[in-house]
Amino acid sequence: MLRKITLALLAMTMAAPALAFEPTRPVEFVVTSGPGGGTDNFARTVQSIISKHKLMKAPVVVTNKGGGSGAEGFVYAAGYKGDPYKLTFGTNNEYLLPSVADVPYAPEDLTPVAALALDEFIVWVNGESKFNNIKDFVAAAKAEPKAVQFGGSQSKDTDQILVSTIAATAGAEFRYIPFKSGGEAAVQLAGGHIDANVNNPNENRGQWQAGMVKPLCVFRPDRFPKGTAVHDGKGWHDIPTCAEAGLAIDSYRMPRTVWLPAGVEDDVVAFYRDVLKKVSETPEWADYVAKTSQTSKFMAGDDFNAYQTADRENVRKVLQREGWLVK
Amino acid sequence: MGNFGYLMDGFATVITMHHIVIMIAGVMLGILVGVLPGLGAPNGVSLLLPLTFTMDPISAIILLSCMYWGALFGGSTTSILFNIPGEPSSVATTFDGYPMARSGQATRALTLAFMSAGIGALAGVMMITLLSSWVARFALQFSSPEFFAVYFLAFASFIGMGSNSAAKTLVMMMLGFAFATVGMDTISGGLRLTFGLTDLIKGVSFLVAVMGLFGLGELLLTTEEGLRFEGIKARVRAIDVVRTLKEMPRYGWSILRSTIIGIWMGITPAGPTAASFMSYGLARRFAKDKSQFGKGDPRGIVSPETADHSAGTSALLPMLALGVPGSATAAVMMGGLMIWGLTPGPMLFIDRPDFVWGLIASMYIGNVVAVLLVLTTVPLYASILRVPFSIVGPVIVAIIFSGAYQIANSTFDLWLVLGFGVFGYLFKKLDYPIAPLVLAMVLGDKAEDAFRQSMLMSNGSLTIFWSNPLVSAIMALGLLMLVWPLIATAIGLRGSRRRAGQSAKA
Repeated sequence: MLRKITLALLAMTMAAPALAFEPTRPVEFVVTSGPGGGTDNFARTVQSIISKHKLMKAPVVVTNKGGGSGAEGFVYAAGYKGDPYKLTFGTNNEYLLPSVADVPYAPEDLTPVAALALDEFIVWVNGESKFNNIKDFVAAAKAEPKAVQFGGSQSKDTDQILVSTIAATAGAEFRYIPFKSGGEAAVQLAGGHIDANVNNPNENRGQWQAGMVKPLCVFRPDRFPKGTAVHDGKGWHDIPTCAEAGLAIDSYRMPRTVWLPAGVEDDVVAFYRDVLKKVSETPEWADYVAKTSQTSKFMAGDDFNAYQTADRENVRKVLQREGWLVK
Repeated sequence: MGNFGYLMDGFATVITMHHIVIMIAGVMLGILVGVLPGLGAPNGVSLLLPLTFTMDPISAIILLSCMYWGALFGGSTTSILFNIPGEPSSVATTFDGYPMARSGQATRALTLAFMSAGIGALAGVMMITLLSSWVARFALQFSSPEFFAVYFLAFASFIGMGSNSAAKTLVMMMLGFAFATVGMDTISGGLRLTFGLTDLIKGVSFLVAVMGLFGLGELLLTTEEGLRFEGIKARVRAIDVVRTLKEMPRYGWSILRSTIIGIWMGITPAGPTAASFMSYGLARRFAKDKSQFGKGDPRGIVSPETADHSAGTSALLPMLALGVPGSATAAVMMGGLMIWGLTPGPMLFIDRPDFVWGLIASMYIGNVVAVLLVLTTVPLYASILRVPFSIVGPVIVAIIFSGAYQIANSTFDLWLVLGFGVFGYLFKKLDYPIAPLVLAMVLGDKAEDAFRQSMLMSNGSLTIFWSNPLVSAIMALGLLMLVWPLIATAIGLRGSRRRAGQSAKA
């Protein structure tokens, strides 16, 4: 413990002279989801790591502003132009929302700080479903258009965009039923009321353990790293990638992102980027990422910008095809 | 009876000095956040969450769940004393709790509320102990059509119960639906009724509306009466608590009915708010003498409180057994579970029985601790009403506004609460019932989502609401409730005609 504190203090004294900005009053973590949501867990994990390793002198206050699919939080932060004390946590919804809904902020109203992880998407079916691989599943959907029901979280959001991408790639037609959260979609699938969902690993893990749902394929470029078995001797590594299983979508993932309001100084961005970088190197972070089956990937500056540009380009195609663009 | 053995192990884990102290601390903190409107259980629990990161999971869940019980109790306190519900689920308690307190029986009202709440909670825990595996499977049968049927039943059991004209009730309900529509729509992903106002994106908070309509509206009315309200002169005696406890068995039927409703709503998971409203509506529907409802009928306090707490407690079961939170607070606790390294879901009962049964054992003890704590504070709270209005009034205004601000840290909500206050005053003056508006606001968007999801599933065919025995039964029950006033009138007419005939013969 003493060693940890000394190390932390050492890190701070070493870092301090190099940086002009250092928060002197409480920093607000604006969470763009309700309590208990994926973004909420992300922000609170970062908060707990910062306080445990004393990565920042100023205290942290977490506020949930998840109204309007997270628009509430982004609009709130956008209103604090140049304020270095508002750190906003989200996903790719920061740059996605303004394209599909008439929300009063633009993606440029916030400054990207960093992305810390990528969350995965998996096609899940009920544990007793007759489908055991994605090929059969897609074939059945093609044979009977609009008969297969996909459930997902929210409308015109990551889940529905993925379902639309699957449909376009495979030449099939699905029915999409939006629910309030991935948790609801998970239960509906476990109860056999819908045929499939595209939940993140963490949202369906509990049900998979009990065999109530099973994974067909994951939208990762490669398989999950090897780990312990989850159900019936199968673990995350045993889930084939969708591309290798015959559905030609190489990768579809959701970044866990952190933002500042527009118009902040460069040294402010640099300060938080360094804090988050340190967060991403702690064992607690590795633990969080492993437990939620995400992929730890720290991106900042040009890396992060390039990622955003590519992601927006991909999504835009889908939105255009579906006619969801508002501007 | 494996569960029983596990439960005993759970008790052994929980009954230690360390855990009892944690329980008392949790309950006290909970009462505090419950009493302050706007703070509420979900916020309180998420504020406390960082503290638990370093605790072992069992101590942490005991702290958080005890805080939850405390908050549920605290929420009823302000409903009864000031007509300000601290929690959405304690709105129904204001209908009779506040009038009873105003008539000088604050001690009785509080005791009735706390005692029935305690009974409801314990009934919920017993259900969890006995039926956990069966209930988890039952909850899985619920999909959108079933949810819609449940909400329909809640509306139906509430409609036509008021003494007001049916048209006024309908107008208020529609107004409630309109307020529920504001903000982001789940099904289409678009914004509705925001009029370009940034502050309306998050929707109109139900708590803001309630604090304005009930709390401020009531204050305005009292002020109009000319500030002659000098506090309630009734003496507050501890013996009244005991006397009220003796009175409890009289409401046995109300308690039983409300427990069933509460448990059912908690596990489905429609939540404690729907449960308390439905239970109040039914208590009134089945009462022989309805004249005292709304004026301080004890059954009007006992029913919603029992249902609220049995639902609040049962809501933890879907969270543990399925990984589905039954309430906002349960959602926060689920986040905590993951941070402590546990995976909520069906395997939790098998992987970590020590944790699950420790929690269940702590529910028994925690609720008993909570009831004892709140009962001893009854005289204290009841004395608040003896303070002159000129002092209490401004304090309430301050509490309302700070509470409204705390919900979303939004200054816009302060204007909103003021607006709702004026509306609340006007509605009371014009004899428009507020309860249907509140009910529609709470359940309106959920009912709408469930209906539209059902329509997507069935390709627009209404037959989906009769597609299986479960949904058909709930729908039929709802329709029966809807036409019950007509049936009752018909039976009443025939009865009186027969009596008239008999008296004519005689």
